[in-house]
Amino acid sequence: MENDLVLRVVGKLMIPFILLFALYVQFHGDFGPGGGFQAGTIFAAGIIFYALIFGLDKARRVMPDRLVEAMLAAGVLIYAGVGVAGLLFGGNYLDYFVLDRDPVHGQHRGIFWVEAGVAVTVSGVMLKIFYMFVSRDPQTGSKT
Amino acid sequence: MIETLVINSLLVLMVVAVFGLTRTRNLFAVVVLSGIYSFLMATLLVALDAVDVAMTEAAVGAGVSTVLLLGALHLCKSEEAKPVHRPWLPLSLSLATGGLLIYGTLGLPDFADPNAPIHQHVVPRYLQNEVDVPNVVTAVLASFRGYDTLGETTVVFTAGAGIIALLRRRKRHAGKGDRDGK
Repeated sequence: MENDLVLRVVGKLMIPFILLFALYVQFHGDFGPGGGFQAGTIFAAGIIFYALIFGLDKARRVMPDRLVEAMLAAGVLIYAGVGVAGLLFGGNYLDYFVLDRDPVHGQHRGIFWVEAGVAVTVSGVMLKIFYMFVSRDPQTGSKT
Repeated sequence: MIETLVINSLLVLMVVAVFGLTRTRNLFAVVVLSGIYSFLMATLLVALDAVDVAMTEAAVGAGVSTVLLLGALHLCKSEEAKPVHRPWLPLSLSLATGGLLIYGTLGLPDFADPNAPIHQHVVPRYLQNEVDVPNVVTAVLASFRGYDTLGETTVVFTAGAGIIALLRRRKRHAGKGDRDGK
């Protein structure tokens, strides 16, 4: 599909807005519909869209394998780290009220970081599975 | 009422998509039809005011998983093999399960019934909004049920780690059959 002019133009027009929408869904998730999981999948879908049109290699230059694999674990670590932070501030595990002097503000802070962790892991896993499936050679079945 | 009409026509279209899915033997058509099914499901969820789930369904069900299935299809034959024997046992099993589920829905309260038990138990506390997050879904998922969501994130992580463990058995050979040169 790399030589299809319509796809390339439409892709170039759409992809920035898809990624922007992912960020909107992520950071506006407290007020409107959305949250970490949705934002992560939309972000991954945007990158996958890019990979489908411009080729896997170019997508790998944007999101290298190493980064994607780090994202896989980093999200869970961020999430669990919020829980540990709650412990360190003298609350229970995953207790957000203690994260700030103002309990409600602490809740907002906790939810923000938790959602960030979910988004990072989900988009990392989606991209990793996509890379794994697409980079296999149909003849030998081995990774190319 | 227009909403009921929309929901019911979407459900009918989903049934049509499922029958199309069962009838066709071409796996490419199956993948496309299941993508259509997911889009119908996402639209239905919007009509039911579950926008969060609808976004997930549209992005994961219709988008990413369709692409993944097409990628898997690229690796195997695109025609489904003829079944060896008649699928009477699976058919009767799924019909029995479906019948039981429909029988179960008969005992459920009406849609959006304010006196339903689910609205009496912990939901009033959720709606008091001591978290002060306007989107209650986010408040419930991230704060009230933080442990659940941590578990879900771990499940997603485990899925990714499992895929890596299964598919990355062979070491990368430098230059040999590499697509980088393309």
